[in-house]
Amino acid sequence: MSTGLVIVQVLNGLQLGVLLFLIAAGLTLVFGVMDFINLAHGAQYMLGAYLAVAFFALTGSFLATLALALAAALAFGLALEFLVFRHLYGRDHLDHVIATFGILLFINHGVKLIWGAAPLSLPIPELLSGSVRLMDGLLYPVWRLVVIGSGLGIATLLYVVVVHTRTGMLVRAGASNARMVSALGVDIRRLFMIVFGFGAMLAGFAGIMVAPILSVDPGMGDTVLILAFVVIVIGGIGSIRGAFIAALLIGLVDTLGRSFSVDILRLVMGPAPARTVGPALASMSIYLLMAIVLYVRPTGLFPAKAR
Amino acid sequence: MPSATSLVPTPSRSFSAEVLPIAIFLVFVAIPIVAPFAGGGYLLSFSARVMIFAVAAVALDLLVGYCGLISFGHAAFIGLGAYAVGILSAHGLSDAVISLPTAVAVAALYALLTGLVCMRTNGVYFIMITLAFGQMAFFTASSLALYGGDDGLTIAARNTVAGFALLKNEWTFYYVVLGCLLSCYLFCRALVASRFGRVVRGAKENPVRIAAMGFDVYRFQLAIYVIAGALAGVSGFLLANATEFVSPAYMSWQRSGELIVMVLLGGLGSLNGAIVGTAVYLLAEEWLSGFTEHWKVIFGPALVLVVLFARGGLIGLSTELMHGRRHG
Repeated sequence: MSTGLVIVQVLNGLQLGVLLFLIAAGLTLVFGVMDFINLAHGAQYMLGAYLAVAFFALTGSFLATLALALAAALAFGLALEFLVFRHLYGRDHLDHVIATFGILLFINHGVKLIWGAAPLSLPIPELLSGSVRLMDGLLYPVWRLVVIGSGLGIATLLYVVVVHTRTGMLVRAGASNARMVSALGVDIRRLFMIVFGFGAMLAGFAGIMVAPILSVDPGMGDTVLILAFVVIVIGGIGSIRGAFIAALLIGLVDTLGRSFSVDILRLVMGPAPARTVGPALASMSIYLLMAIVLYVRPTGLFPAKAR
Repeated sequence: MPSATSLVPTPSRSFSAEVLPIAIFLVFVAIPIVAPFAGGGYLLSFSARVMIFAVAAVALDLLVGYCGLISFGHAAFIGLGAYAVGILSAHGLSDAVISLPTAVAVAALYALLTGLVCMRTNGVYFIMITLAFGQMAFFTASSLALYGGDDGLTIAARNTVAGFALLKNEWTFYYVVLGCLLSCYLFCRALVASRFGRVVRGAKENPVRIAAMGFDVYRFQLAIYVIAGALAGVSGFLLANATEFVSPAYMSWQRSGELIVMVLLGGLGSLNGAIVGTAVYLLAEEWLSGFTEHWKVIFGPALVLVVLFARGGLIGLSTELMHGRRHG
């Protein structure tokens, strides 16, 4: 367990954390403002990655790919909102679950139908494909730093928008009491649409950014969706700040747990049982964390809903 | 009929509510008799599969239909039951006398531990937390390198029953599964009609009022969550024996979603509806996957359309079905 390895894994954990934040941010606002559970949000992230691969094959330029894929992700999110979701607000959660589950099945299998089940890949933009030297003998890919940086940038931007603009104020008000906001004469439907489209675009952005470092496959959205749920539950539904802190926490715990659980367990048990128990414990760690947080605070760390 | 005006589904005493379950079970009894003339072994194994999932679906109906608890991690309990059989048999313990109680106990214990946390929350939180705990079981099973990890675990042979290779024969296995489904159904029916059942049904309607009457809603709901988990463990025991294989895929969250769809298709809160829904879902799967490998591209939008355009969504459709049945 060298210092270098720890630094690299902390950076990887941060990268997973900001990625989760990009996905959870949209999801938590949609939950918070509209009391709407969207199982298809992970599929929108996956779609972002696939759109990036498709547009890159068309244009050959990463910047053009980014712009086109973001626009397409936004358009797709708005289309879903217009066609399906807006008819479901105020309905029973069971209806949300079933409808969005149907959409998820459609997107997951539609993607398989169009692009096949085999993983695809996207090249890292040439300008950013190198590595930086963190310390002696320790190189870290520039693109991963770009992912971390852009995620933190978006988080700052979101913070400014949510805390210092009128729209952001309405979103916060909507998350704590949507009915009251509507009674005060705000067009809550339009607000819902903005939040939803923006959330879909953020998820798409996350998908585009990780496409060069992960394999792009039809299952990628599901794993991330569940992690984003854990983030939201820990952070408190509707809270951007909670989502940010919980996302970094989950990213770090998951990554460090996976890398070092065997080494840590070796301190208390033999190498053979440590190798068996370690991975199992690592894959449980974030859920255990969630269980503990919820046991102490059933509404998460920073609940946004007014009582 | 007083129960028709109540929103709480009550096991109705009417003609069709009594006749429908009898008809369902008569069909299952008759299938092995007609199987040699139509479909043969395929029909037999398909019907056994329907009944195995129906055990889990009936248990899920207890939660979703009678308690309003939308559990999105139900498949995990099936998987835990199946893994209990797989792991025991990998260590040479392959008798149902040991493996069935173990499967039930493991599933019930997991339900108890996770339920302690889940039951403190409600609404959207409950959905997401059950989903997360389901995935926890899934990823833990995937990381069990000793027991096949991602690839799953092949079971050498079906469990013996007190030393006899009873389950080896497809016919006897079929009737054992049928026996399990019937006992599970009758047990759940008795449960929802009991005083205990009336309390949880009342808590679905108005938890504050039930609490004011002096019942600890948390403990009642936790108890029914554990019961539903244990019954899904039985389903897992049967599934492992039917396929002679266990895999993390049994616990995937899509499987949990499919179970909810099964319960809804047959009508919420009627128990026998869960059996019909399971049959309908698995038949649709068989039929649609005959056209295309990507049959869910058709099935997904169909679900969305039903939710959007059936009056009151799938739930409305369900209650309408129930209503229709009540009045013949």
